Amino acid sequence: MAGPMKMRATLAGGNTDVRVLMSHPMATEQQTKGKPHFIQNLTVKVNGKTVIEGEISQAVSRNPVFSFRLKGGAKGDKIEVSWLDNKGDTNKTETAVA
Amino acid sequence: MNDQRRGALRIAGALALAALLKPFAALAAWNQAAFASKSSADALKNLGTAGAESSSQILIEAPQIAENGAVVPIEVTSNIPGTTSLAVLVEKNPYPLVAKFEFAEGAVPFVKLNAKMGETSDVRVVATAGGKSYQATKEIKVTIGGCGG
Repeated sequence: MAGPMKMRATLAGGNTDVRVLMSHPMATEQQTKGKPHFIQNLTVKVNGKTVIEGEISQAVSRNPVFSFRLKGGAKGDKIEVSWLDNKGDTNKTETAVA
Repeated sequence: MNDQRRGALRIAGALALAALLKPFAALAAWNQAAFASKSSADALKNLGTAGAESSSQILIEAPQIAENGAVVPIEVTSNIPGTTSLAVLVEKNPYPLVAKFEFAEGAVPFVKLNAKMGETSDVRVVATAGGKSYQATKEIKVTIGGCGG
């Protein structure tokens, strides 16, 4: 099930650093005897505009943590990260750049 | 008769749920062929990046020795101008392709993630920029594998 997500976005050296944590088992085929359960798609949006799209596999560690870097940015910019897993579960979180 | 009705309701409910979930699955693109590839050469072919030339402008930052294969931090940066995508592969994993990111205007071609590694292996990163692909590799030694249960 979709657990909580955590995200932090901070200005650093003229860029915006985004760090996001997702609660997900990321269970592999080997662990589940052929019924893997993992996040497949990630989307990062800034003020509603998609800037990064990711496709990931079961080889990403449990409770994935990702860091991304966005050009420029300003305090208060709205960052949204969402994911979709192979069972159709989905979750998203939103934060303002600090 | 009540039982029959209940059964029919249950089936109708399941169908409605399936119909609800389907558009979600159809919405997101996921490169099934590349992720199901069992060798990195096949994965690269399915990503459309076969024959990438090696580049020193792709930086892979990762520990030389990972004690725990279940969580291996890998940081990837491409300094190639106009980089639009980055793919991360662990050569010796059952399915080498770990992740692939597309960067639009406004994003730096950089990502840090934690990957599982079954054993000591080369990590290969492929970047595409201006319709061409480039690659770099780095070996990570794993003392305890992280793919099994």
